[in-house]
Amino acid sequence: MNAAVKEPLFHVVKRDRSGWARGVLVRVAAIVLALIVSAVVIVLLTGMNPLHVYAALYDGAVGTSRRMWITLRDASILLCIGFAVMPAFRMRFWNVGAEGQVLVGAMATAAVMIYGRELPAWAMYTLCPLAGIAAGALWGVIPAFFKAHWNTNETLFTLMLNYIATQLVAFGIIFWENPPGSNSVGLINAKGKMGWLPSIGKNSYLLPILIVLALALLLFVYMRYTKQGYEISVVGESENTAYYAAINVKRVIIRTMAICGGIAGIAGYLLAAGVGHTISTGLAGGRGFTAIVVAWLGKLNPFSMMLVAFGLVFMEKGALEIASQFNLNENASEILTGILLFFILGCEFFINYRLEFRKREREGVKA
Amino acid sequence: MHNQPTTNAMIEMRGITKHFGQVVANENVDLTVYRGEILSVLGENGSGKTSLMNMLAGIYFPDAGHIYVEGREVVIRSPRDAFDLGIGMIHQHFKLVDVLTAAENIILGLPGRQVLDMKGVKADIRSLLDKYGFELDLDAKIYEMSVSQKQTVEIVKMLYRGAHILILDEPTAVLTPQETDRLFQVLRNMRAQGHSIIIITHKLNEVLSLSDRVAVLRKGHYVGTVNTCDATEMSLTEMMVGEKVTLDIERPDPVNPVMKLHMQDVTVVNKEGREVLSHASFKAYTGEILGIAGIAGSGQKELLESIAGLQKIVSGQIEYINRKGHIKELTKMSAEKIREIGIRLAFVPEDRLGMGLVASMGMTDNMMLRSYRQGRGLFSHRKAPHDLAERIKSELGVVTPSIEWPVGRMSGGNVQKVLVGREIASSPQVLMVAYPVRGLDINSSYQIYHLLNEQKKNGSCVICVGEDLDVLLALCDRILVLADGRVTGVVDARTVTKEQVGLLMTSHESKEVQA
Repeated sequence: MNAAVKEPLFHVVKRDRSGWARGVLVRVAAIVLALIVSAVVIVLLTGMNPLHVYAALYDGAVGTSRRMWITLRDASILLCIGFAVMPAFRMRFWNVGAEGQVLVGAMATAAVMIYGRELPAWAMYTLCPLAGIAAGALWGVIPAFFKAHWNTNETLFTLMLNYIATQLVAFGIIFWENPPGSNSVGLINAKGKMGWLPSIGKNSYLLPILIVLALALLLFVYMRYTKQGYEISVVGESENTAYYAAINVKRVIIRTMAICGGIAGIAGYLLAAGVGHTISTGLAGGRGFTAIVVAWLGKLNPFSMMLVAFGLVFMEKGALEIASQFNLNENASEILTGILLFFILGCEFFINYRLEFRKREREGVKA
Repeated sequence: MHNQPTTNAMIEMRGITKHFGQVVANENVDLTVYRGEILSVLGENGSGKTSLMNMLAGIYFPDAGHIYVEGREVVIRSPRDAFDLGIGMIHQHFKLVDVLTAAENIILGLPGRQVLDMKGVKADIRSLLDKYGFELDLDAKIYEMSVSQKQTVEIVKMLYRGAHILILDEPTAVLTPQETDRLFQVLRNMRAQGHSIIIITHKLNEVLSLSDRVAVLRKGHYVGTVNTCDATEMSLTEMMVGEKVTLDIERPDPVNPVMKLHMQDVTVVNKEGREVLSHASFKAYTGEILGIAGIAGSGQKELLESIAGLQKIVSGQIEYINRKGHIKELTKMSAEKIREIGIRLAFVPEDRLGMGLVASMGMTDNMMLRSYRQGRGLFSHRKAPHDLAERIKSELGVVTPSIEWPVGRMSGGNVQKVLVGREIASSPQVLMVAYPVRGLDINSSYQIYHLLNEQKKNGSCVICVGEDLDVLLALCDRILVLADGRVTGVVDARTVTKEQVGLLMTSHESKEVQA
């Protein structure tokens, strides 16, 4: 019998439904630890003063008022795409097609901007977003329809639709090339700015941010307080239960993906009419996938997702700055982001569990 | 200091304590198992039987306390440690690989030489089978097996690994009476060979017929151990619940029964193409409780689900007669459709957490499953479900830290109360319950019987699938008996005998017995 006679050094104990304060505390501690480890890595790899690097990072992201606005705007667009995957994930529908949904939304917006030049301004301001939403929703509904009726695999389906969307955009560019032969569309309506997302005063960054904030609020209420939001949660937890509760599962899947696609369409609209004023195959730039990280790190909660989206864009912008300022390539900053994510994900364990260490003295004391 | 462990004890547990968050599973529990005996661990649901045994099997690690095996203090950190000590546990849910054969499952995970000598292995296993009187086809694949055969594989797996202390968690829950007898015979053989056996159960008759001693737990605390020969059902019940409970169930006479449901010649086919319900016909009336008896898996689930609109029916029809006497055909209707035409069907399905409730949601959100449509416009209604959750919690004594606590983390009995409470609260016209007291302690069971009777008196048509014949005979007005997907009889519960029902449960032809 080789049975263990030694008590293990520690064992894992599940915490009670833990306090909100501890959650915050553990996460702050994780970030501080991540910064310390990153500092060590910076010193070891480059020999530079980590504080200078951090300062540059901060400077690159929010150092000037313009950088601050750009970071906020880009974060809100990333957040918007995060919102486009969140309801689907609540439903356990693995939507990895936000990239394509954003692209077709942007493409529809661009098409209206190009072909509707002559329309009155109010019509452009309505039609552009509507076209974006409709196209995105359609791109979301296609896989949902097949999933609902024939139980196709939504991960593959949405993924493949991304490529089709890219090809569609490439096809559109052939018609919309400007100047001809450039293989790009260039600024659409550079003169007259027809269909461009309006500035608020002189600030062209504010409106997209406000739109996404409004969306956050709407989505929060929708998921939490509406019948449809409730149905999404039930379908996500157990389809059997949903049938039992007389929920039309097919309808919920299709409707929810229409909403997701529509939100992605809004992001596409913001990108085409509010940021780039153009359309290209690289418009979404992988944000459809980063958005998945935003959604899950934010635990599918619109407000936590805001923090995550901001954090990710902050790191990305800061990274560009340290890359140029210290002559590092952007991989260096990816290492830093990686370390940060490692600690943030790892700390979840300590929020839900605690370690109980072996008590040596127990034997004697109890006698 | 602790008492020195007694010498002929196989296992001694001293002062074992285990908490899960705020929930006390075991508090300072002592337990002794002797060599060559069958010990029953008896207790109501949530009394900590399974968690105590899981600490012996290395699934959980105690927060405090000592475990001695053959007089030596041990620390069991993992199932592997438990194996090394000769402790094997057979869980309620079997842990077998479906596509492998019995023999392959038995040796799975054991160290061996590079070349597998299956012939030798099988010979070894066969000698084990003979020694204890098991019947098992070693080359049969697990997915072809009945539940009782799978259980045999689990037991042999433990024995093959050299276990001489066997723990069985509710081993008879899924067995027919004949299979139970066979299992008990094998267990007795094993006892005769010097093995120690612990069975976790809350069936008193099994305790009395099988075990040498009974250890009783109540709410995580150790109540005591008695010799079975000195115990009676009454005395054990008293130890279990702590107070004397009367064992009568009230049965008011049906008041002016009207036909509510009429099922005619309904056939349901499962995924494998087998008829799981074949040509079933019956009538159910208002103001009565119709019991459904049968060995587990005889078509009870399909019968209820086809009424609820959750089963595809191959042929036959189901009619619902409303208050005004109009007939509505439910045959091809989905649950959604049935709801839309205003029929209030309440249904407590067998699979509580997979169908009746959402495991990750709290009580309030689970109440909403039935009522969320009642809100204004787009918004769901939260106040009423919240109040209902509070009411069920206090009236049925649901033990939970808060009504927002995920129901999936409650004990089985509490989950059951939440579900039954919700379904009855909808004041249904037809109430269908599958195993309404499965996993409930005696007090809560009576509460549930009372609730069913209330519904009956209110004029609901109550259909109750049960497993305990005594209860069905005492509670129901009529009993429909299913055997192998067929209705073998509908009998008057007031006059029929238990043996007659038992006969119908195993009969292979439909006998006409008039109710």
